[in-house]
Amino acid sequence: MASLTELANPARFMRLSSVLLPWLAGAAAVLLAIGFYLVWFVAPSDYQQGETIKIMYIHVPAAWLALMFYSMMTLSALGVLVWRHPLADVAQQAAAPIGACWALICLLTGSFWGKPMWGTYWVWDARLTSMLVLFLLYLGLIALRRAIDEPSRAGRAVAILTLVGCVNIPIIKFSVDWWSTLHQPASVLRLSGPTIHSSMLWPLVITAVGFTLLALALHCAAMQAEILRRRVRTLTIFEAERLDRLSLQAAQ
Amino acid sequence: MTGWLGPHAGFILAAYLAAAAILGGLAVAILLDRRAQRRALAALEERGAGRRGGASS
Repeated sequence: MASLTELANPARFMRLSSVLLPWLAGAAAVLLAIGFYLVWFVAPSDYQQGETIKIMYIHVPAAWLALMFYSMMTLSALGVLVWRHPLADVAQQAAAPIGACWALICLLTGSFWGKPMWGTYWVWDARLTSMLVLFLLYLGLIALRRAIDEPSRAGRAVAILTLVGCVNIPIIKFSVDWWSTLHQPASVLRLSGPTIHSSMLWPLVITAVGFTLLALALHCAAMQAEILRRRVRTLTIFEAERLDRLSLQAAQ
Repeated sequence: MTGWLGPHAGFILAAYLAAAAILGGLAVAILLDRRAQRRALAALEERGAGRRGGASS
């Protein structure tokens, strides 16, 4: 545990992430360029969906990443509540807006796919509704942190709500199995293997890995910004105290 | 472009534009925030706020 704590030292994180970030961003750019070349110029259209299948290459990775970021926030919440580690709180705070953006992309691209395929932008089916709940949870967590002035209290409150909200993650994943939904069942992450043809699966995997690296790069940059913000806050308090002392000395 | 994408080209392009706008906005917001924090920290350190006991001025 001691070595884990050392690894999670904010100063060490700043050094490591500064080295890692350009590589993450570069690899993401290369993979997304290859992935979208395959999507737009190589992958075939679907025999039922036609060219609207192209929306899937954004929609599916966005859904995965919305779930992945919430799962990361759940682990960070444990770090905040059990080990009270400041970097866990930083990680959780930085992840919330990024996860919210992926959830929003998932909902919007799903709607743009749903209108031509299902005839409607939205239905209150279990998968769509539970994904909307995830998006609202992200917004709630961001709002809760902003509503509490004292940072450590805000971190603990957000961690508790994050742990409560994680019950929604298996509901989203298994909603298509537990209830009769308009949304199709899983076709990639299945015990019996993917049901998508490799000509569509490979572009999907490459764009998904590219988006994941992009999301991790953004998370690293957001964590750096948050660590700097906390350092600025601490130094501002120190400076205010110093100015107080100086004005007291001048008055005496 | 829209002929190549078939009758639902508007929906496909809208999905890609929405994703690009959201991700672009997120990336710009994060990078601007990080730059602002770096500048604020540099300004504080220049005033000696980081040193124990503060600046000698």
